[in-house]
Amino acid sequence: MSVLMQEMSEKALALGVPLSVQLDLTYRCNERCVHCYLDHDDHGEMTTAEIKYLLDEMAEAGVFILTISGGEIMLRRDFFEILEYARRLTFCIKLKTNAVLIREREAARIRDLGVESVQVSIYSHRPEVHDAITLVPGSLKRSLDAIRFLKSQGLKVIIANVLMTENMQDYQGVRALAEELGVNSTLDPTVTPMMDGNRSTVRLGVDESALKQVFRDQSLVGDVDEFCAVAASPSEDQMQALPCSAGHTAAYVSPYGDVYPCVQFPLPSGNVRKQRFIDIWKHSDQLREVRSIRLKDLPSCSQCAHGSTCTRCPGLAFMEGNMRGPSTQDCEKSFARTGIPSANLLSRKPAAANLVQIRALPTLAGATA
Amino acid sequence: MSKLYIARSPKLAARSLDGEMMIMSGADSTLYTLNKTATIIWQAADGKTSLQEIVEHRIVPEFEVEAGAALQDAEALARELAGHGILQVSEEPIPQPNSAAGEAR
Repeated sequence: MSVLMQEMSEKALALGVPLSVQLDLTYRCNERCVHCYLDHDDHGEMTTAEIKYLLDEMAEAGVFILTISGGEIMLRRDFFEILEYARRLTFCIKLKTNAVLIREREAARIRDLGVESVQVSIYSHRPEVHDAITLVPGSLKRSLDAIRFLKSQGLKVIIANVLMTENMQDYQGVRALAEELGVNSTLDPTVTPMMDGNRSTVRLGVDESALKQVFRDQSLVGDVDEFCAVAASPSEDQMQALPCSAGHTAAYVSPYGDVYPCVQFPLPSGNVRKQRFIDIWKHSDQLREVRSIRLKDLPSCSQCAHGSTCTRCPGLAFMEGNMRGPSTQDCEKSFARTGIPSANLLSRKPAAANLVQIRALPTLAGATA
Repeated sequence: MSKLYIARSPKLAARSLDGEMMIMSGADSTLYTLNKTATIIWQAADGKTSLQEIVEHRIVPEFEVEAGAALQDAEALARELAGHGILQVSEEPIPQPNSAAGEAR
């Protein structure tokens, strides 16, 4: 984040302005990615008119950065009508798509509408791996063709890769591909549980040894010693710090109008079909609770060696059952990075078994006494 | 001094935050912020109102400044913003396509 954007975020935070919103237009998708956290059936998406009304409300509320995502956004027949309307309201628009349906014509239209960036999911440089994740034969080729169309229009494209056991060996290949295409790339080692709480997708994530390998890859993390260093205990200021922007300057709206703090934080906080967006943002009890939480309020994390550097996601913690609790996936990342177990991981060690072993010793001692 | 007309460039993202305009250039994702005076000028930049009228009707009453000096400053600002590609400047009115006439709030 640029210094100026940081300043604007701080100002928005002080003013209570939702600076950025992710709006999912649909959960329907033309791919079936094995790690996807969504239910792809349509349970009553917002209409074009409802979405336009919401965009008006969000512009009025001060939303500047609008990420339009899904599902696959291009499956909405009114996608370009919505995009054009949003641009007329001068949002800074970022698109997330698998790009399978983007050809020359669509790329030119996206360029003409002044979209800031287009993020495309690519899981491998090898079709047999990427297509096995999307479950759509030929999808890698189509997505890469689309990236070339978008690039040829001068658009900023970002390749987003999710690290899983299935594609662990390919992340460098994806990075090389991104370089060849002249686009940026990101790598996310977190597989999100499904929004309904089903955690089966999490098992697709990489194990500790793979995480260690990734966190020691200089080409990804820069200075490995610095990245993997154990930080000092959190300072008083850090104890007062906010966990992340979710619910503070950022929000998420589902295709059904449900408002959440973040796409990865499925705490229902209101619905724009029943209330104005700004009223939900300002007065929702759920968002107020999220905003009240500081590091010092987290029973386990405030006592943890990683308190000042942990990437703890409050949404993942919420999906584990407690928004003030630890996010075990982030504990595992801190452990893989530093070799020091988090307070949460320590508390999960089989202490009872150890105690049984210790209890057995007096018996032995008694036998020799 | 000839009249100048100014218009917002069409491919920008913009939002007012507490009276100061945030502007993101789609071309290179550079973020700009405008102070309150520049924000008023930018918001009034509809391509058909001259800069002189904007200064006389929007800036002078608001900030109680001398009109000649304010116009000089405004012209310098307009040319600087034009240099960054976020404002169009012309000695003729600048026609605005309907779809590009953003409603920055």
